Amino acid sequence: MLRFVARRLVWMVITLAAISFVTFVVIKLPPGDYTTTVIANAEARGQDIPDSQIAELKRHYGLDKPFLVQYFTWIKGVVLHGDLGQSFAWNQSVASLIGNRVLLSMVLSIASLLFVWAIAFPIGIYSALKQYSGGDYLASFLGFIGMAVPEFMLALVMMYIGFRYFGQSVGGLFSPEYADAAWNLGKLLDLISHLWVPIVVVGVAGTAGLIRITRANLLDELHKPYVATARAKGLPEWKLLLKYPVRMSLSPFFSTVGWLLPGLISGETIVSVVMSLPTSGPLLLGAVKSQDMYLVGSFVLILSTLTVIGTMLSDLALAWWDPRIRTRFQKG
Amino acid sequence: MQPLLEVRELRTHFELSDGVVKAVDGVSLSVPRGRTLAVVGESGCGKSVTARSILRLVEKPARIVGGEILLYDDAPDTKPLDLLAAKDKRLRQVRWADIAMVFQEPMASLSLVHTIGDQIIEAVRLHENVGKQAARDRAIEMLDRVGIPDPKRRVDSYPFQLSGGMRQRAMIAMALSCRPRLLIADEPTTALDVTTQAQILDLLQDLQQEFGMAIMLITHDLGVAAQVADEVAVMYLGEVVEQGPASAVLSNPKHPYTQALVRSVPRLGLRGKDRLVAVRGTVPPPYERPTGCRFHPRCDSFMAGKCDVTVPVRVRSDEIDVACLLYGEEER
Repeated sequence: MLRFVARRLVWMVITLAAISFVTFVVIKLPPGDYTTTVIANAEARGQDIPDSQIAELKRHYGLDKPFLVQYFTWIKGVVLHGDLGQSFAWNQSVASLIGNRVLLSMVLSIASLLFVWAIAFPIGIYSALKQYSGGDYLASFLGFIGMAVPEFMLALVMMYIGFRYFGQSVGGLFSPEYADAAWNLGKLLDLISHLWVPIVVVGVAGTAGLIRITRANLLDELHKPYVATARAKGLPEWKLLLKYPVRMSLSPFFSTVGWLLPGLISGETIVSVVMSLPTSGPLLLGAVKSQDMYLVGSFVLILSTLTVIGTMLSDLALAWWDPRIRTRFQKG
Repeated sequence: MQPLLEVRELRTHFELSDGVVKAVDGVSLSVPRGRTLAVVGESGCGKSVTARSILRLVEKPARIVGGEILLYDDAPDTKPLDLLAAKDKRLRQVRWADIAMVFQEPMASLSLVHTIGDQIIEAVRLHENVGKQAARDRAIEMLDRVGIPDPKRRVDSYPFQLSGGMRQRAMIAMALSCRPRLLIADEPTTALDVTTQAQILDLLQDLQQEFGMAIMLITHDLGVAAQVADEVAVMYLGEVVEQGPASAVLSNPKHPYTQALVRSVPRLGLRGKDRLVAVRGTVPPPYERPTGCRFHPRCDSFMAGKCDVTVPVRVRSDEIDVACLLYGEEER
């Protein structure tokens, strides 16, 4: 088992190195660089920037050096000092810029994830056990609606309802008086009272999807012979269902749980833009548009790291959950 | 002598959208104490459904629509328990403690994500007030008894780590762990190779000697029935057409259907000129049962105006109960 984890860790490092390099190449692919954005912005304001000043800017940002030198300078900082570099557009370090936002994104995403699980598993299990009952049809109906309605649309509707009927301040994660305040109990409560709207919005599609998956997985297991064996043993119905088919039906879920991790900080971009939430998605979008390369590179690096860690965690979780996988790991 | 279990006029129907399939339609048979009853018949004659109906294990769309299943107590002259009328709780007590079952597919009928020990211990602790350690000791003892090598280690194995024959042995160990009075074995050797099949049948006979339980063996294989059965019940189209001592039924069958079945089995010493005779015709479509005697369209002794009109009742001829219009007149 330890050998397996060690081998996976080595591959993770290689994968991340490759991803960071490719990311850098991709950022460099479009013509121009950050100075192009600066010039364009200046021209939009009717100003003209002399060539000497542009050259100065390029030197300042290190954009005049060869591509490989830029890449290795950046990656050396990341690996050796944990320094993600400077954001050109914001003129501050990437770490200070995204730290708070990544945290809020994770809070929002983890909260929506728990919301999704808490709602979807019981409903999915109920739907399968009472297949073709009124409750099952209702769950399926709501589920399809949940999957079909785009999130931004739901966000707009929820904002309207929140504003019209509950008098809540629309958008954002904080009321105006707390937005720039330091963290205290009041701010935390304010965050919680704002958080439920994006949680519901972000969670609805996921809930709908997971209900369908749970129901389908469980229906596959429900009539297998081992369930009949358990019933023949004299186990009470609910106990045997939870111990045998429900348990089996969760295996596919464990193999995909790792994919949720990167979604934790980037999944809610569109909703965040619509509801102007101070999370990381809108920041990434802006950075890509203005070729703010260290900011984009760092974002992608963080996302990729979470992806590979998530994949590994889900493999480990599946091994813990399913002995058929576990024994294969132990052999080598 | 009082039988252990008596099935009277059992009817289990499949209520499908195209109509009702009367899979079991008036089955009556009795299981003698401490002996082996083999229930034989072609595929689709309703033998498995009969077996499952005894413990009320049939699932939708199948439904038990009538009959009695009487389980007699060991003490003579006590009122039998009708399993079809029993409350769920009482039925669960009977399951495994009085009547246990072994199914056809040993791989599918054990849970793959629980150890064999866990599944045996669960059954023991469900029906007997014993501690974990005592139940585990019982599991190890049973695994040893069914001939699984190194049972102390195997008790913690998962079913997928065992071969097919070993899995079926583990299943038998589990079935006998609560010392049932009746073991229902539904095609227990069909999925196994011939050598393993012979070993499993020997094992069942040894265990019967040791524990003194009755066995109801469901099989389509007359050879298997001849090898282990004390009594044989022959089923055709959802009813028992003949039941009697194995030696009598197999060597001197009364019902034309049984006669045809016995003729269709290859025997040693058969010469080239003695061709095997298949049962004439085919099984009629499930939605329409023939009128009168259900076997009459395929019967060599068909009597027009009689067999297609009158439903035969069971009569005793020599030691055999047979439902055929050829018999009865003189005995009645």
